[in-house]
Amino acid sequence: MNQRSSNLLDEALGLDQVIEPWPLRGRVVAIEDQVETSGSFVLHHLLKRSLSPNSSNVTIFIAFSQPFSHYDRILRKLGCNLVSQRDNSRFFFFDMLKLQCPDGDEGITPEGGLIALYGKIHKTISALPEISWKNVSIIIDDLSLMEVAANGSSDYVLDFLHYCRTLTSEFDCSLITLNHEDIYSSEDRPTFFIQMEYLADILIKAEPLATGLATDVHGQVPKCYSCFIVG
Amino acid sequence: MAESIYRALRDGALEGELAPALTIKDSVASPFALQVFSHVISQLFSSILAGKSQSRGLVVVSFSRSPSFYLDLLKNKGTDVASSNKQIQILDCYSDPLGWKDQLAGSRNFTALSNEAMVSSNAIVFREVKHMDKLYNSIIELGKGLVGGGKIRFSIAIDSADEMLRHAPVSSVARLLSNLRSHDQISSIFWLLHSDLHEARVTAVLEYLSSIVASLEPSHQLANGQRGDLENFSLIKHNSKKGKFHVRFKKRNGRVRVMSEEVHIEQSGINFASLPSEGAINQGLVPKVQFSLQLSEKERIDKANVVLPFEHQGNGKPIQIYDGRRSLVDSKHERPVSAVENVQTNENCGSGEIIYYRDSDDEMPDSDEDPDDDLDI
Repeated sequence: MNQRSSNLLDEALGLDQVIEPWPLRGRVVAIEDQVETSGSFVLHHLLKRSLSPNSSNVTIFIAFSQPFSHYDRILRKLGCNLVSQRDNSRFFFFDMLKLQCPDGDEGITPEGGLIALYGKIHKTISALPEISWKNVSIIIDDLSLMEVAANGSSDYVLDFLHYCRTLTSEFDCSLITLNHEDIYSSEDRPTFFIQMEYLADILIKAEPLATGLATDVHGQVPKCYSCFIVG
Repeated sequence: MAESIYRALRDGALEGELAPALTIKDSVASPFALQVFSHVISQLFSSILAGKSQSRGLVVVSFSRSPSFYLDLLKNKGTDVASSNKQIQILDCYSDPLGWKDQLAGSRNFTALSNEAMVSSNAIVFREVKHMDKLYNSIIELGKGLVGGGKIRFSIAIDSADEMLRHAPVSSVARLLSNLRSHDQISSIFWLLHSDLHEARVTAVLEYLSSIVASLEPSHQLANGQRGDLENFSLIKHNSKKGKFHVRFKKRNGRVRVMSEEVHIEQSGINFASLPSEGAINQGLVPKVQFSLQLSEKERIDKANVVLPFEHQGNGKPIQIYDGRRSLVDSKHERPVSAVENVQTNENCGSGEIIYYRDSDDEMPDSDEDPDDDLDI
């Protein structure tokens, strides 16, 4: 089932064929999940495909949620060694767990905050050979925690996401984000969440089955999740 | 019907009047506003190039797409964009809307790429999107650069109003749009709006500013608004390829015209078609259950023959239903009854009797005046 579900996802995203040049180049992919159904397995899968030995793709991983060791452990089980990828400059890990944007500045200073993060990403990609630019994936895990780091300013996060999107036009790279639907479900008008849906070229939703959760979990990728893709 | 929109924009403004303004509105359930917007741009630009429109140039204020998106769009429609930089200019509010790149370049953490120069003959970067006044001036300047001063007009396309509303209060955005409409060199103006990103009053403000409002709705409403439910999946698939397109025109003579069409999204672009009849849609949506929901012919006839309760009094005689034209003298002392049951029997039929008990002796007797006396029927 793992294999089958991965293949369906790969097929839908065009990842079952050649992955160089990266099929998602120039696109924004938004993954949406809920507490009952975590979408991080999609993130891990895309990371694994991006770092496949058959390609020279580069991934820039912006982590607000977990430290490096967490992803290293998971990807090891999927057959991918993040440490060696990092050493080979194919995997760049930006640990943002401690990021706290300066209060009230709202990103005015380029030294701190999300403006600096954007600058860092831009610099990292520019430093690569031009031929690799379209094989770069920027992965953000996850947007709700980025909002927390930005002191709740969703406008500031949206500005940052806009600039990340300009990177996809400038370098033809791809942007993959994860966000949690149920955090915003209590709002009358979950603007930030809907904005992301408009921004995305591909939307992947991880939902629990109508019949409810099954307790059968196989490794890191639960069997019981239903997943559909709207492009 | 999409033709009518295109014609209104092409014909432009009359002397001394506000320029026609179009809002293209959608929501996440049918997010096709960009396709419609692109379609309108390419149609309008073709007519500008052919000299068939009042406007002689097009300024695209691009917030959510890069300038190359629009240039490629027009190129794919067969327009020679390279030589048409006297007819189209793009105010690039996409690449660096808040001036972050400038700031980073200032702190030497940043190397700006030179490929931005690629589109520079058709695009100017604008870095202060929070300032609507500066945006207004830049738009006008860009337009005048295209068509010169004097009486020649140009059109404006804004992608999208949502981004403007994110960066500035609705009053500033409304003022900008209103000033653009009243400028005597603007022929027509249109913008994109995602209605679910804003409060209803904000959407209403922009609709009031428009002479044409085109809204996109899903073909099939999803049950409970649930998008994730697998049962709704086939409906979602339908909704991803087509939708309903409603247009409301405010005409010069004050009349409002409302039209609807179906819009189909295809690889090559979008197509408009007239709406199928309601029955065809409804039949597709009748739920499949194990009992019959339709009436057979015999059942229909039997139903028509049933005499309804208020049409008879059980004694086999037909009675007339009180229709307000008889006098109320006989009914003065009656307890008030509901209009449906206010039955006036024939004089011949004496089987009915009304017994009236006053609630208390203190109660004033009913006045002899008929309250309906002053009616002049």
